[in-house]
Amino acid sequence: MSPYHRPVPKTWWLKRRAYFLFMIRELTSVFAAAYCAFLLVFIYKLGEGAQAYASMIDLMQSPSSIVLHCVTLTFVLYHTITWFNLTPKIMVLRVGEERVPPLVIAGTIYAGWIVLSLAIAWIVLGG
Amino acid sequence: MQETVQLEIFRYRPDQESEPTFQTYEVPFREDWVVLDAINYIKEQIDGTLSYRWSCRMGVCGSCGMMVNGVPKLTCAVFLRDYHEGKIRVEPLSGFPVERDLVSVVDDFINKLKDIKAWIIREEGQEQPVEEGEYLQTPAELAQYKQYSMCINCMLCYAACPVYAQDSTFIGPAAIALGQRYNMDSRDQGRDQRQEIIASHEGIWECTFVGECTTVCPKDVDPAAAIQRAKVSSTIDWFKEVLVPWGKRK
Repeated sequence: MSPYHRPVPKTWWLKRRAYFLFMIRELTSVFAAAYCAFLLVFIYKLGEGAQAYASMIDLMQSPSSIVLHCVTLTFVLYHTITWFNLTPKIMVLRVGEERVPPLVIAGTIYAGWIVLSLAIAWIVLGG
Repeated sequence: MQETVQLEIFRYRPDQESEPTFQTYEVPFREDWVVLDAINYIKEQIDGTLSYRWSCRMGVCGSCGMMVNGVPKLTCAVFLRDYHEGKIRVEPLSGFPVERDLVSVVDDFINKLKDIKAWIIREEGQEQPVEEGEYLQTPAELAQYKQYSMCINCMLCYAACPVYAQDSTFIGPAAIALGQRYNMDSRDQGRDQRQEIIASHEGIWECTFVGECTTVCPKDVDPAAAIQRAKVSSTIDWFKEVLVPWGKRK
């Protein structure tokens, strides 16, 4: 009389909404990593001279590249927002006996994100 | 005519069958009944062969955890009225082998609690003599670990954890949260001993932060946070050891 071991189906992550959203969050890491690699190639091309850089810009303006950028932006935003929302769970700060409210921690990170994005936009758009 | 509700119950009788089956029972619907009341009704009035665990009936003992419509729940804490539409499917906690019907084999969890040393450890010679009284603690020190001490070992977090379901060597949410509970207790000095397990391959680094352990926890222990916080402190340990080799790890 042996205990019964229930098999785990390969589709376990489709069984519950939370599992599905988790898998999407994991998948977004691939897009974030791939875009980092792309940026490194971009910098490398910049070092190869004006012509290489211009052909890279041409490539990036193609419709397929624009679609890929939009998809990547969506996934990276999802990645950023889900991890920002999880950060207050990991960072437990206390002031005396009182715990700093999670909203304050998340709010600070979001504020930092907005400030940095504005600063970068200001530099890129020529301030 | 009396209103009824159907319960579809996981049956596994190893002396009679090699594969589990589902058996449907019709029980009276009562507004104030929890799922456990309905299962008790089946046991007492319909089928005495049904096996399951329960004890306190008030969300304290942690024995009556089962999958209710695929979600780990304390059956003493979920009302029939919340599932009144259609059948209610009751299965043993997922992730654990099944002993019989709704009874899971929980030896693995019990052994992990022992491995993690879920008790206060004092260093050699640091034990305070009984006549000196208790170890005193400020409310702020208590607040550090109190949340984790609310765990009732119900194992719902294990049943919700897809990592544990695929690899049962993972120490798992409750055991790590309880390890953290003692690590953060000002009276404890056993962190280094627990760290061997917590920071091992089967420990915190197996966790991918799905977060469902926290969602299903009936006591708001938040094991997912305990694991992530242990990751942060283990990483700090590592930096201290690698970057400051002469520094003493706390």
